[in-house]
Amino acid sequence: MSTRPSALRLPLAPGSPAPPRRHRLNPPLVAGGALVATLVALALGAPLLAPYDPTAVDPAGRLTPPGGSHLLGTDRLGRDVASRVLHGGRVAMAVGATAVLIGAGAGVPLGLVAGYRGGTLDSLVMRVMDGLLAFPALLLAVMTIAALGPGHVQAMVAIGIVLIPIFARLSRAQALAVRHQEFVLAARALGAPEGRIVARHVLPNIAGPLVIQGTVAFSGAVLAEASLSYLGLGTQPPTPSWGGMLQEARDVLFIAWWMAIWPGVAVAAAVLGFNLLGDGLRDLLDPRLRGGAGQ
Amino acid sequence: MPFVVRRLLAVVPTVLVVATATFLALQVVPGDVATIMLGVDARPEELGRLRRELGLDRPLVVRYVEWLGRLARIDLGTSVSYREPVTRLVAQRLPVTVSVALGAMVVALGVALPVGIAAARRAWSPLDLAALAGSQLGLAIPTFWLGILLLLGFAAAWPVFPLQGYVALAHDPAQWLRHLALPALALGLERAAALTRLVRAAVLDELRRDYVRTARSKGLGDATVLRRHVLRNALIPVLTVAGLQLGFLLGGTIVIEQVFGLPGLGRLLLQGIYARDLLIVQGAVLAIATMFALLNLVVDLLYAAADPRITYD
Repeated sequence: MSTRPSALRLPLAPGSPAPPRRHRLNPPLVAGGALVATLVALALGAPLLAPYDPTAVDPAGRLTPPGGSHLLGTDRLGRDVASRVLHGGRVAMAVGATAVLIGAGAGVPLGLVAGYRGGTLDSLVMRVMDGLLAFPALLLAVMTIAALGPGHVQAMVAIGIVLIPIFARLSRAQALAVRHQEFVLAARALGAPEGRIVARHVLPNIAGPLVIQGTVAFSGAVLAEASLSYLGLGTQPPTPSWGGMLQEARDVLFIAWWMAIWPGVAVAAAVLGFNLLGDGLRDLLDPRLRGGAGQ
Repeated sequence: MPFVVRRLLAVVPTVLVVATATFLALQVVPGDVATIMLGVDARPEELGRLRRELGLDRPLVVRYVEWLGRLARIDLGTSVSYREPVTRLVAQRLPVTVSVALGAMVVALGVALPVGIAAARRAWSPLDLAALAGSQLGLAIPTFWLGILLLLGFAAAWPVFPLQGYVALAHDPAQWLRHLALPALALGLERAAALTRLVRAAVLDELRRDYVRTARSKGLGDATVLRRHVLRNALIPVLTVAGLQLGFLLGGTIVIEQVFGLPGLGRLLLQGIYARDLLIVQGAVLAIATMFALLNLVVDLLYAAADPRITYD
């Protein structure tokens, strides 16, 4: 048998490097939180921070490279890229927030009632949710927009519909897990109405996983909005959106590379921020994962 | 009834639900479908003919049953914008989408397996932390942006790959590969990021089990323990998720085909939406969603080969 140190044994062997001890302040939470807070502040402050009107056309200054009075350059209509990226953030955040609200607003009550009541209602709701999950997510969003027509409100609705079964399944599973617990039985024994039990006792107990799912869903919604706008199905010009800006960049890719960089960086930063925040919240709120390596 | 037959039969209701959802989605289109498809300048007799063809003068239930009947004969209607049977249009574009999705899967697994296994073997080392950070970053980068960056790098600055288009495998295999390389890379790397985390977690989980200690104590080397014991167990959840990832990839092809100008199902779907040709939309959505259902079936069937604990009698 070989006597050389075994890489395979490392996680088992005494004295092997253990997973880093989790500090009270977990790094993904801090990094994700800081990134999200910065992006939200930039989006909210866009009207004050943007140096130019994001839709103001300047034919003389078209395709100006970054530098000088246009820090991130201009697009083929002479619009300031930095101002459009900042204002695009407002669209991304608005679509993300609304889509998550639609998804959670419809999915959570459906899942809660299905999981708590069980029986035929549960089967019916979950079969419909399974039907929605039988579509790849982006395809479902594109099909919804094919029915409703392109536009950023339609994109919010389409992404919201994609999120409904995800929230419904999670809420149902969580409701199933708590419905026979003693505090629910106690509330029922005290004569509390079913609706009140679900709203006042079940929902607060499953809020942690829902908050985590909401954060991850937000990043998915930002990505989906960018994808739909890139395809010309989401936010319509001249309203600035990160995906729409990348679509415009596609036509002048080889003469104005800067148009293809910054909106993409913005999408990636937003998605990274919300994903990290979700990971951090999972570490914080889900005790089963604390100290575990299999994240 | 054998598992394979039962599982095959289970695909039928899924496809039926998908077909019904697709049918219903396009019934809620606001306004007159015939006017939407032919435009406001269309002649009344043309509108009347299309309405009769689409059955818009009959009740919804009758239309649905007739539509299902045609679907069973794989008749998806005739496209208004292409003036060709939708089935033929779908069949022409199917190989492109399948090639991109499979190419992306090869990239995803080709990156995720070695990186995930190496990261798990050296858990919490700089290599592992770099893999974790890389996968987090990879998940955040939109595939279409990565596609644009790859075009900037490898089609513009260093023109190794073509900017647009597709060559059929049967026509010229080398050119087929050249045209697929960047789209498969753009789509596959994002999935690789997700799979790397999973492979790492699964391998790490197995490395801590007693059977690994037993295998080592009977004198087996690292590579043998990994190959013969750890991977066979660790790759079962990876296989499940990889199968589901193919669904993501099929969705992702819609965007990637647009970035690289590939004439696949995603592009056909978008052209259908832009031209308000609802029969094309219906056909393309159905084709992609049915492929997704069939892929899930294949993944289920592959379990038996991968995991001897599962018996499908």
